[in-house]
Amino acid sequence: MSQEFRTAQGGLVDRGTPLSFRFDGREYQGFRGDTLASALLANGVLRVADSLRLGRPRGIFAAGIEEPNAIVQIEEPFPEPMLTATTVELYDGLVARSLRGHGRLADRPDPARYDSTHAHCDVLVIGGGPAGLAAAATAASSGARVILLDDQPRLGGSLLGAGEHLDWVDTVAAGLAAADETRVLTRTTAFGYYDDNHVVAVERRTNHLGALAPAHLSRERVWRIRARQVVLATGAHERSLAFADNDRPGVMLAGAARTYVNRYGVLPGRRAVVLTTNDSAYAAARDLAAAGVEIAAIADLRPGADGWTVARVHGEERVSAVVLRNEDGTEREVDADLLLVSGGWNPVGALYSQAGGRLAYDPELGAFRPDGNCRQALLVAGAAGGSYDIGVCLAEGAAAGERAADAAGFTARAIVLPETLDPAGTPPAAVWTLPGGDAATQFVDLQRDVTVADLARATGTGMRSAEHVKRYTTAGTAHDQGKTGGTLTSGVVAELLGVEVGALGTTTFRPPYAPVSFAALAGRDRGLLFDPVRVTALHGWHVSRGALFENVGQWKRPWYYPRDGEDLSAAVLRECRAAREGVAMMDASTLGKIDVQGPDAGEFLDRLYTNLISTLKPGAIRYGVMCRPDGMVFDDGTVIRLAEERFLVTTTTGNAAAVLDWVEEWLQTEWPQLRVRCTSVTEQWATVALVGPRSREVLAAVAPGLDVSRAGFGFMTWRDTEVAGLRARVCRISFSGELAYEINVSWWDALALWEALIEAGSAHGITPYGTETMHVLRAEKGYPIIGQDTDGTVTPHDLGLGWAVSKKKADFIGKRSFSRTDTARPGRKQLVGLLPDGGELLPEGAHLVTGAPQRVLGHVTSSYRSAALGRTFALALISGGRDLIGQTVWATLDDGLAPVTVTGSVLYDPEGTRRDG
Amino acid sequence: MAGPVGSRPAPGGDLPEHPDRLWRNPEPKASYDVIVVGGGGHGLATAYYLAKNHGITDVAVLERGWLAGGNMARNTTIIRSNYLWDESAGIYEHSLKLWESLEQELDYPILFSQRGVLNLAHSLQDVRDSVRRVHANRLNGVDAEWLDPSQVREICPIVNISPDVRYPVHGATYQPRAGIAKHDYVAWGYARAADALGVDLIQNCEVQGLRVSNGRVTGVHTNLGDIGAGKVALSAAGHTSVVAATAGIDLPLQSHPLQALVSELLEPVHPTVVMSNAVHVYVSQAHKGELVMGAGIDTWNGYGQRGAFHIIERQMSAALELFPVFARAHVLRTWGGIVDVTPDASPIVGLSPVENLYLNCGWGTGGFKATPGVGWCYAHTVAHGEPHPLNAPFSLERFVTGALVDEHGAAAVAH
Ligand SMILES: Cc1cc2nc3c(=O)[nH]c(=O)nc-3n(C[C@H](O)[C@H](O)[C@H](O)COP(=O)(O)OP(=O)(O)OC[C@H]3O[C@@H](n4cnc5c(N)ncnc54)[C@H](O)[C@@H]3O)c2cc1C
Repeated sequence: MSQEFRTAQGGLVDRGTPLSFRFDGREYQGFRGDTLASALLANGVLRVADSLRLGRPRGIFAAGIEEPNAIVQIEEPFPEPMLTATTVELYDGLVARSLRGHGRLADRPDPARYDSTHAHCDVLVIGGGPAGLAAAATAASSGARVILLDDQPRLGGSLLGAGEHLDWVDTVAAGLAAADETRVLTRTTAFGYYDDNHVVAVERRTNHLGALAPAHLSRERVWRIRARQVVLATGAHERSLAFADNDRPGVMLAGAARTYVNRYGVLPGRRAVVLTTNDSAYAAARDLAAAGVEIAAIADLRPGADGWTVARVHGEERVSAVVLRNEDGTEREVDADLLLVSGGWNPVGALYSQAGGRLAYDPELGAFRPDGNCRQALLVAGAAGGSYDIGVCLAEGAAAGERAADAAGFTARAIVLPETLDPAGTPPAAVWTLPGGDAATQFVDLQRDVTVADLARATGTGMRSAEHVKRYTTAGTAHDQGKTGGTLTSGVVAELLGVEVGALGTTTFRPPYAPVSFAALAGRDRGLLFDPVRVTALHGWHVSRGALFENVGQWKRPWYYPRDGEDLSAAVLRECRAAREGVAMMDASTLGKIDVQGPDAGEFLDRLYTNLISTLKPGAIRYGVMCRPDGMVFDDGTVIRLAEERFLVTTTTGNAAAVLDWVEEWLQTEWPQLRVRCTSVTEQWATVALVGPRSREVLAAVAPGLDVSRAGFGFMTWRDTEVAGLRARVCRISFSGELAYEINVSWWDALALWEALIEAGSAHGITPYGTETMHVLRAEKGYPIIGQDTDGTVTPHDLGLGWAVSKKKADFIGKRSFSRTDTARPGRKQLVGLLPDGGELLPEGAHLVTGAPQRVLGHVTSSYRSAALGRTFALALISGGRDLIGQTVWATLDDGLAPVTVTGSVLYDPEGTRRDG
Repeated sequence: MAGPVGSRPAPGGDLPEHPDRLWRNPEPKASYDVIVVGGGGHGLATAYYLAKNHGITDVAVLERGWLAGGNMARNTTIIRSNYLWDESAGIYEHSLKLWESLEQELDYPILFSQRGVLNLAHSLQDVRDSVRRVHANRLNGVDAEWLDPSQVREICPIVNISPDVRYPVHGATYQPRAGIAKHDYVAWGYARAADALGVDLIQNCEVQGLRVSNGRVTGVHTNLGDIGAGKVALSAAGHTSVVAATAGIDLPLQSHPLQALVSELLEPVHPTVVMSNAVHVYVSQAHKGELVMGAGIDTWNGYGQRGAFHIIERQMSAALELFPVFARAHVLRTWGGIVDVTPDASPIVGLSPVENLYLNCGWGTGGFKATPGVGWCYAHTVAHGEPHPLNAPFSLERFVTGALVDEHGAAAVAH
């Protein structure tokens, strides 16, 4: 309750809005504006974890996204694993707990929504600290479209922690908010930098509201931003040093402590020792002292300082004393509950590196920084480029904003920058390991518990590469991906190997810069939106008649229409009987349809199909097969010649998009000289197959203007006419061997047509049927289904479709392959029929073997009960199949082998007497 | 609650006991009996078996970067042998058998875990293809079962088998002996064992050209100078086509980026390996606790080891379709490798048109699991100058004869 470590005043928290939260089972209070970490510190809770490998107590170490220790599990309002307490904004009712390396996923569904959006801009500024604000304001002054991203809830960046120039921040923020073409996104982390200035960011929209988050708002949103120019103003992260017991709770980055005091009004301890390689820790010490923290000692590691370093740290649960050692070995124990460390600053180079830029080691700086030669259109400003003086950061930011606007074609004006002091001070020292002490407690990666001793072991094995050492020790692989430990690791490894840090380099930065939830990345593409559901114009009718559906590609197709109590088998037998004995109808609208037009359309189709298409007369229809260059069947369907220069090509349902891609690839990359245009018209034409010996009578009843006679409307021809008063195109084709028509009307007219046919056919018991019946009917006739009876290794000849392969054409896709030795080999797998001797239904996928000695022949591709044949039958691809006709082979069943007799693939009406009714 | 101070490591928090010595870092000699180009898993395994099985120890493995830093360091470590075709089943099953004793063979903790692999079926055609594969596997002595959705759920309780999802799970094939291993440790195990047998492992050594005279390879040009060789065995995965081109060989390979990703460490939720083609997912939970997941292939060609973002987004949608519990897991890291894909999606292992130059490439998205098997067979091929029976079907010749091994079209399962 008491918040005994909260300062009396100051900070940017809203002391008027107290918030209650629980951590590890205890109730605490903090304020709006706190992070979970600052609120814990305000309550004196600093130890927040046990380390993964060694189980050592760990405390809050940083104040931002780079935190390696304070990784917590959120339990309420909804479980979320592994968030940094330093970035979780406090809200009322937050329940969190410490964890030891592993988070927990909820066992109930996440009720939140997630989405994504695109944005385009002239100048994207990443980072809302002094450099980023100056850049954004300057660029915005030009009228360019500017987007400014910052991962904090408010703008200001390092100024918030320093407590400086906050009025200027407010002025700039207000100006940006008012600028027409400028968008400011806070709580938004740029996490990926892809090619062509494609930056992706995640905006946390409702997290900070806790249970009060409105359910209709997306919780997180992914921004896909395409920017003409990018300004990286991502700042720098402070790093630690390798010394004995540098992991004790109470060892904290100096800049973090400064942030806790200035931004949150929280004292991270009462009495501090400071250990530093650079000037920045003095500012921290000054601010802490001003807030009432006693600064007991400052150990400055730079040459010329007084030579004290940290030898050890006492205190299991929390720092109790720091042992300082002088150059001559004199030790001095200083009581303290806080050890503030600054091992220097690392420019945040992750996005620069992702963008394809190189980070080069700067010995002056003692850090890796962008080398300035990135191939993408980006500029780096401020601490992200290694400039740590505030005045320099502001100036660099303004200059980058101006240059970026200029490069995008705009002219910026100078903006007002705050007055700053002249940069002055002592350069930093590059120090990695402090002398003496037990290497096994000198930690370089706090989260993975990796020590100098571990690194030494890795280099001792013969490893010479930073990547190997990382993988051997796991340094840098944890949640923080080495944000505080990475450069330190490189420094120590370089020391161990006796090479330059710059020559060793860092490990590679990869997206995401900070962890992003799976759900945010999935966005709305889940459930029914995972892949669009395509339905035909008749879908509602099918649903209302109780059809069961099959997914075919993206389409929902009626599978069968069970009547009371019928199972699949019974329904299909009934539907088949109707098609063979009376009349039946099917929604065939999902067949792919491509309108092919142009003077070279015939030539093009000749190259595409194995058979000759260009000789087709307008008014006629031909079946065609397409192969891949390897000679294997890829798709099949009918080709209708509509006019001299116009064809309508049908494809299988599942392959329609692939076929369109295929034809476009050939047209665009291989044969651009052909004057041909292809357009998908799948969803313009609805198609109804009318099948069965009575189909002619039904059609005649609804198409009075059409001569449906055998002589007047021949097989494989088409007519434009009126059906049920609708403009229609009727084709005389059959995929069942029965007299059949395919009636095409506008998608809009589909239901009218369908209902007219139902009515006209009712006297004949017209029966709707689904894909399963369609499969049985065609299998009885030995017509293959591409993708079911073929698998990309089957030629037209293997299928018995050799007649559809032209011997006359000079060339077509796949032709060359038919003469290859293996493709021309006799005894290839061929499509045959099978009659199980015992009458059982063979499992599709079962294999066929010879009698002893057993040799594998092939497999069952299709297997059905046939009403027309009064028995079960199957189609199979088996080696030398056509030579085995009449012989017995054996099918593998789960419980042994079953004898089956090989037959030709056409089992029903082999003479084709039924085709014309 | 935080545990007591100094308590035992959390599950997966411990490091395996790596040996203290792995390899020397020798300077290259003027020449070797055999040069292996590429120090990935395949190159290292090949060098090991050349020395171990064939007594050929005057061998150098030339690696242009750090050992096993290519696809070997980037794959999702799925190991299985339930391939459709006899030719594939032959080499992958041989490999799986070697995996089963590899830890002892190399005396290295490679974290081989036979936790089983489920290949999900999402359509009636998937079911047919899956049942077919199960029958084929059994005839080839590969363990395989067909499971219905409720059996799938017994093995992996977090898979969403509800019929309401876009592409419901109709069942799965299951190979109990399949699993995962720790890729780096496998590579280091082979490297250490090869080094101990006298093989020179030379890093930061890029082969920039092949020396060929009279139709016969005599050595290589590298950034460290020319090195002579009696035989040269290419094993450069995504870059093989580039190296082979220097000897005038045009390989039927296309190199594409393939991405993968990991989550943070999570308490155990996922006991097995799940793969789905229709809803493109393959995921396991590695021993440390992170979810390891592979994304789809980027369709464009390139050597950049960078993939596109929308592939990752698509991957996450697919993951949440099948595993809604993953919603609030976080992606910690994504990366890309370069996979070399042949027209039939099966590898090329064998002779080349240049004498004494051997080819091992085209493993595409699925060659990690083959590491021991291909090392074994390729070493045999190099040692004898003719293919081992298990890799004989995977000749370069097959693209001329048409005797393809098309797992692509037929099984439609990768990785
Ligand atoms: C994201 C991803 C996921 C995958 N998932 C799986 C999986 O789950 N299961 C599975 O079985 N397989 C998987 N794979 C495939 C598998 O990783 C590869 O097939 C296999 O690693 C290739 O063999 P390798 O280990 O020898 O290749 P690599 O490790 O790539 O080795 C080739 C080596 O050659 C070197 N090299 C290249 N050019 C030269 C040169 N000119 N000179 C010297 N050296 C050179 C490279 O630097 C590299 O180290 C995956 C691949 C990727 C990218």
